[in-house]
Order: sequence, then C-alpha cells, then structure tokens
Amino acid sequence: MRHARIERWSRVASPLHRRHATAKIIAALVMLVCIATLTRQSLWCCALYLALLATAVPLSKLPPARILLSAAAVLPFALCFALVSAISGEPDRAVMLLVRGYLSSLTALLLIATTPMPELLAGFEVLRAPRFLLQVMQFLYRYLVVLMEEASAMQDAAGSRAGSIRALQLRQATGAAGVLFARSYGRAQAIHRAMVARGFDGHIPEFRTHRFLVPDALFAAVAAGLAISVRLVLP
Amino acid sequence: MRNIVEVRELRYVYEDGTEALKKIDFELEAGETVALLGANGSGKTTFALHLNGILRATSGSVVIDGIAMSDKTLAEIRRRVGLVFQDSDNQLFMPTVLEDVAFGPLASGKSPEEAAEKANAALTQVGMAHKAGKAPWHLSAGEKKRVAIAGILAGDPKLLVLDEPTTFLDPPGQRGLADLLESLPQAKLLITHDVPFAQRLTERGVFFEAGAIAAKDRIPAIVERFGW
Repeated sequence: MRHARIERWSRVASPLHRRHATAKIIAALVMLVCIATLTRQSLWCCALYLALLATAVPLSKLPPARILLSAAAVLPFALCFALVSAISGEPDRAVMLLVRGYLSSLTALLLIATTPMPELLAGFEVLRAPRFLLQVMQFLYRYLVVLMEEASAMQDAAGSRAGSIRALQLRQATGAAGVLFARSYGRAQAIHRAMVARGFDGHIPEFRTHRFLVPDALFAAVAAGLAISVRLVLP
Repeated sequence: MRNIVEVRELRYVYEDGTEALKKIDFELEAGETVALLGANGSGKTTFALHLNGILRATSGSVVIDGIAMSDKTLAEIRRRVGLVFQDSDNQLFMPTVLEDVAFGPLASGKSPEEAAEKANAALTQVGMAHKAGKAPWHLSAGEKKRVAIAGILAGDPKLLVLDEPTTFLDPPGQRGLADLLESLPQAKLLITHDVPFAQRLTERGVFFEAGAIAAKDRIPAIVERFGW
C-alpha cells in the first residue's frame, strides 16, 4: 500500500533523514514559496529547482524512479486547471501550472518520505503551527489509511462477487460509497477508543527526541538560501 | 483479598433511549480472572468500556482499585485498567512495534528512555522483543495480539480487560495466548464466546442477557443453564 511505502521510506537511514524535521520543514516551505512565485518566464528557474530536488533524491537513499514517478500523482489534478488555461489561449500558463504542480509535489514528497510522521508533526509544533491544525493532520493521516484499507476490503468483496468492481453500476457504486463512509467511521471510532484507552489526550508523544544541531541549522540555511538565490538571480 | 473492581447499580442509556445496561452489580478481586459470557449485543463490551471510562455511566458507580470514576480520576483509572480490543489492527497505530508499545508510558508522561525500557520489558514478557523494530502490519494475527497486550502491560495496569481475545487466532495462537495470560499476575476480565478458552483460564463466569447480569456462577453451570 502507498501509505506503507511512504512510512517505510521515512524510516530509511540517510543524511537527509538524519536532519531535524524543523530544518527540513523550513527548507521545504521556502522552496514551496519560491515555486509558487514562478512566472511563465521562469523556465531556467524551473530547471534548476528540478535539478536541486533531483540531487536531494540520491542523498535520501530512496529509489529515484519511484520518487520522481510518485510526485507525478498530482499531475491529473493540475492538468484540469492547465486545460482550462490552454483552452482560454494561455498555453504558457498551462505549462507553468503543470511544472509548478510537479515541483511542489516533489518537494512535499521528499519532506514526508524522509521524515516519520510523529517527527514531522513535532517539527511543525516547534515552528508554532496551531495545535488544532496538527491534530487534524494527525487524524487525517491515520484515518486516510483506514479509508484506504476499508475501500480495499470492499473492492475485494465486490470483485469476488461481481467478477470485477467495474461491473458495479452507478447506483450501486453510490451506495457502496455510503457504506464505505459508514464502515470507515465505525473503524475510526474504534481506533479512537483504543487510543483514548491508552492515555491519548490529543497529542501523539514523540518517541525519539531529536535535538536541533548546528548541521540542521546549516542544512536549512543552505537549502533555503539556494532556493531564494535561484529565484532572485534568474528571471 | 480486596476488590480491584466494584460496580454498583450501573445503568447506561444510549441517546436514543435504549437501555444498554440495567443496574449492573459486579465485583472482581485483585489477581482474579472472570469470563463475561452472553450473546452479541447483550451488553458485555458496553460494560467493559465503563471500566476504563471510555463510556460513562448514566447512573450508578464504578470504583477501580478504590478510586471512584470521575473526570478528575479518569487518567489515574486508565493507568490501572488496560483494554485489549477485539481487533488488534485498531489498537496498533504507531509505525513500529516498539513505538506502539511505548505509546502508553509516553502518554502518561514518562521520558522516552523510561518508555523504551518499559516497552522492551513488556515485549520480552509477551515473547515479542525480537520484533521491536518491525512495522505492526507485517505481523501475524497472533503476534499482533501479543503486541497489543504488550502495549497494555507497558502501562503497568492492575486489571486487563480482553475483548474476544481469540478472534482471528489459529489454535496454536489461542493456546499460546492462554499460556501468556496464565503467566500474568493481573486481574483479568475476559469477554468471550470461546468457552473452552475461558474455562482454561477461570472457573468463574458472569452471563449477560439483554443488558443485565442473568447469572454469576461456575462456567460449566452457566453453559448447562443457558445452553451455551
């Protein structure tokens, strides 16, 4: 499953994994802001950002092809908006939408694939991200997994009786979506109960406490500095 | 022996008005094991959820280890009562076995070092120390159950409440679980349909029927009386 793969990636030992989550978040946020401000004249910038991110992939000791391909998962969504731009006579803008979408997705993927979720949330907490937002992220992550597991179980059940899930008609599929929601809700409730029974008070405690060291500060400064420099020097 | 659980006239009514528990009186001594038997929907699990404060009584009282259940004592009571849920997949939510088992001690304010020590000791106790670095979803059903129990033991509870502990387990897994539970000194409340499993661990049974306790007796007597 995809979530299990990212979870596994986040546990790999590499120079990038060893960096403090806060340092990686700062670097990723700066990168995302730089990417968001790219204009249709910034093609060199795009190429350099891609090169920068592609350099980070081997540093993370993660499979390069899988990472680069997984980041493309966002493209179908970006494509919808790109098509609207292309149809309205702005092909440059359409291309830039796709490029910005891919670069942002690659940045975010590198962050989550090199940082275990509890450390990532702790990193955001250090940066004073609102606690409520972090709790939402925490539960969203846990329950998305539940939703995927329930959907997979239902797909197997439907497939075993209907021959293929594609054999379901729209009306049945709509009913199945309702059942999926109800099942996921029930399971989410069971998980929440199990967490509360073990002392969960809205905060998942961090098991491995990482101190923010000088190399972490250097990493954040160099990564953010590079991203900003590229954006300022090139058009 | 002093009582670890004292429940008096416990009633629980759902928001729709359904009375799920009807004036339950129940005691359990420290170190004792009791099996809760009864049909699905008879109120066994609803009752067990009151012992840890997951559900709160509509009326009546729940006293655990001499502490009356209230908002103020909830954290203290949860440290004393460990719930092992039917589906271990719902209970294991951290990325590695060690981190999952350490969750309870960390949540109760222990340092990461103390939590790791407790977690390792609990994993050794259930024979799962060699799987500490594994992801929970890579374990077999029997191993998951053991890890779920370790997660509870790491919090040093005085009472273990096990909801259908043999579900998903093959016969060797069931025997292994019974051996493990026999070796644990804590008081235990077994919610189960598995009569032979219950009989291996205890003589004493409580039979639930339509939200009320219909009998407190030796398990063979209950089986005979209710055709169970």
